[in-house]
Amino acid sequence: MDMFGCIQLLLFLLILLLLTKPMGLYLLQVLTPGGKNILSPILGPLERIFYRFCGVDEKEQDWKGYASSMLLFSLVGTLITYLILRAQHLLPLNPQKFAAATPDLAFNTAVSFATNTNWQSYVGETTLSYFSQMVGLAWHNFMSAAVGIAIAAALVRGIARASARTLGNFWVDLIRTTLYLLLPMCVVYALFLVSQGMIQNFSAYTAAIGLEGGSQTIAQGPMASQVAIKMLGTNGGGFMNANAAHPFENPNALSNFVQMLSIFLIPSGLTYYLGRMVKNQKHGWSVWAAMAILFLAGTLVCWWAEAHPNHLLSTLGVDPAGGNMEGKEVRFGIFNSALFATVTTDASCGAVNAMHDSFTPLGGLVPLFNIQLGELIFGGVGAGLYAMIVYVVLSVFIAGLMVGRTPEYLGKKIEAFDVKVAVLYALVGAFSILGFSAWAAATKWGTAALNNAGPHGFSELLYAFSSGTGNNGSAFAGIGANNPWYNTTLGFAMLIGRFLMIIPVLALAGNLAKKKIAAASAGSFPVSGITFTMLIIGVIIIVGGLTFLPALVMGPVVEHFLMLSGKLF
Amino acid sequence: MKNGLQQLKISLLVSLLTLILLCGIYPAAIWGLSQALFPAKANGSLIEREGKAVGSELLGQNFAAEKYFHPRPSAAGNGYDAANSSGSNLGPTSQKQFDAVKERVAAYRKENGLAANVLIPADAVTASGSGLDPEISPANALLQADRVARARGLAAPRIVALIRNHIRGRSLGVLGDPGVNVLMLNLALDGMK
Repeated sequence: MDMFGCIQLLLFLLILLLLTKPMGLYLLQVLTPGGKNILSPILGPLERIFYRFCGVDEKEQDWKGYASSMLLFSLVGTLITYLILRAQHLLPLNPQKFAAATPDLAFNTAVSFATNTNWQSYVGETTLSYFSQMVGLAWHNFMSAAVGIAIAAALVRGIARASARTLGNFWVDLIRTTLYLLLPMCVVYALFLVSQGMIQNFSAYTAAIGLEGGSQTIAQGPMASQVAIKMLGTNGGGFMNANAAHPFENPNALSNFVQMLSIFLIPSGLTYYLGRMVKNQKHGWSVWAAMAILFLAGTLVCWWAEAHPNHLLSTLGVDPAGGNMEGKEVRFGIFNSALFATVTTDASCGAVNAMHDSFTPLGGLVPLFNIQLGELIFGGVGAGLYAMIVYVVLSVFIAGLMVGRTPEYLGKKIEAFDVKVAVLYALVGAFSILGFSAWAAATKWGTAALNNAGPHGFSELLYAFSSGTGNNGSAFAGIGANNPWYNTTLGFAMLIGRFLMIIPVLALAGNLAKKKIAAASAGSFPVSGITFTMLIIGVIIIVGGLTFLPALVMGPVVEHFLMLSGKLF
Repeated sequence: MKNGLQQLKISLLVSLLTLILLCGIYPAAIWGLSQALFPAKANGSLIEREGKAVGSELLGQNFAAEKYFHPRPSAAGNGYDAANSSGSNLGPTSQKQFDAVKERVAAYRKENGLAANVLIPADAVTASGSGLDPEISPANALLQADRVARARGLAAPRIVALIRNHIRGRSLGVLGDPGVNVLMLNLALDGMK
């Protein structure tokens, strides 16, 4: 843990802080139907073409209408990608002549990208054609991100409105987010990435003969256009197998820094959007602060753990000052690998620039725990904010119980229905992660896929189902998940983690919108300030975190002590 | 039901338009602009010698000869497979990993003529995340300088000076860790007289 790491961490947080307000203000313009922004003169006509061509009437929908449009659109999208992957061999832009994906892989991958998970059972450069990547997958990178932001906007409207029935129009939110927010940012971002060394071509793989006469086949492809949205939309599915550790996919420390920032940019801006919408900017900043504190804590633990070497290797004569370099790249070093791992799992991104499977036990515990907390530390685009608001509702409820008052959130009474859906939201994740993990750990198909033995093997499968349910997509990647059992179970974990969470969120939004707003009084619970921030952190750790403690003890914690005692598997 | 069908129609049409825009026009535009503005980078930063590609500046490749600097161990395919990137994904309590590092430490000491008490830089004996790490740490390069100098019949200080010229600093002075690009260093070696 050196000075350069500290400077980079402070720089990262400072730039994120400075970008939060401008991003939030822009989000406000984009997410206000009919709202004008700097790009309206250019893209406004395109927006109107979309509405006219697609028959969108722009009328506001109630929560059920909003939810059914969202579900229908996700279903159609999943089917389209499934068909593209199954018909890959018949489609163009396949210079390496890759065969069609198997049915289970196509199911897993289509669900994975439609749910913003981007879990990858396949190896990109040996399995997927440029067409499959660019059309089948990158499309969902945009659309699943836009869906997440739309849901968050609907929930925030539900909080901000009084005695209202509707939450907005799903299609309008989806189209405006795509046109005004994601696409323009990606154009600039993709070109920046190419300027740093990222590839963007449609060539067949290059055959090179090295200096010593060995041959090397170099994978190519339209990478930059896909990676830009992969990071900005917190999707995380790598173009190449090694994801952002691959030198083409993350050429240098500057591209790495910008990629990490771009994961947090929209989620961070959404906290400002929340503050603006509910006319309580301090509330927005208090939520931001809770996220920032949890982010810092995770980063410091992970960095500390990775900066210490695997002491078993130190006994062999490896310089301990180098830290744990297995699975890491020289250009990023220990600090940027630990920071990236924390950022990508705080958010539901899942891109990796180092192999989490080779992290030290406690270093690997941080990303795993982050996912299990529900990816609400900035979180996925939209998904992070709505997850956090669910925990805010729970916090307000718990605080209300403690002082014996009717819980109230921003002037709205929190009643039985609201608490029920919030608890449902929190429980769905726990049941899916622990249920599937237990099933896999107790069966042959579950354990046969593991790359490591002992507690680390258990961590591999726990991580897989946490990542699937949490719609993260990163992995302890040694696990050989490309088989019908894992592809199917993980596919269902991803569906549960996405839709069984979004539906309670929309129900909550619909119910909150109906309520009246009571004027603030001396008895109202303040939803800003240090007490409030500490309260939500506490509730997140206790409700979200403790559920997983026994499982974590069996995996990384036991492994840590066994490693110290010199045990190998 | 009528409403359901209408929503289905919207779903299909929105899919169609977004597919054209986001998966056709957008990547094609990025492709056109990249090829115009940064053609070498957009095509993989390929390095050519006598008109033939010898590799990419950004990708590690295998070097085993004494006269070349050696890259980090690779778990990509059968090693440095630039069409099958991967780390080892072995965990800290893996026997396999322990044995591999033990072997690499011994081999590194032997080929570079190092005493048993010399600490080996971590990057020299651990597999990178991608299996294609183009760089090694400056400490790793410096430990290999004597061997390379001997194999080429050159004075060691000249090799050390060459390494120092090839150390890439931190981006913007603060970001990332310094490294030495193995392919570029070896190409420079071949250019030395």
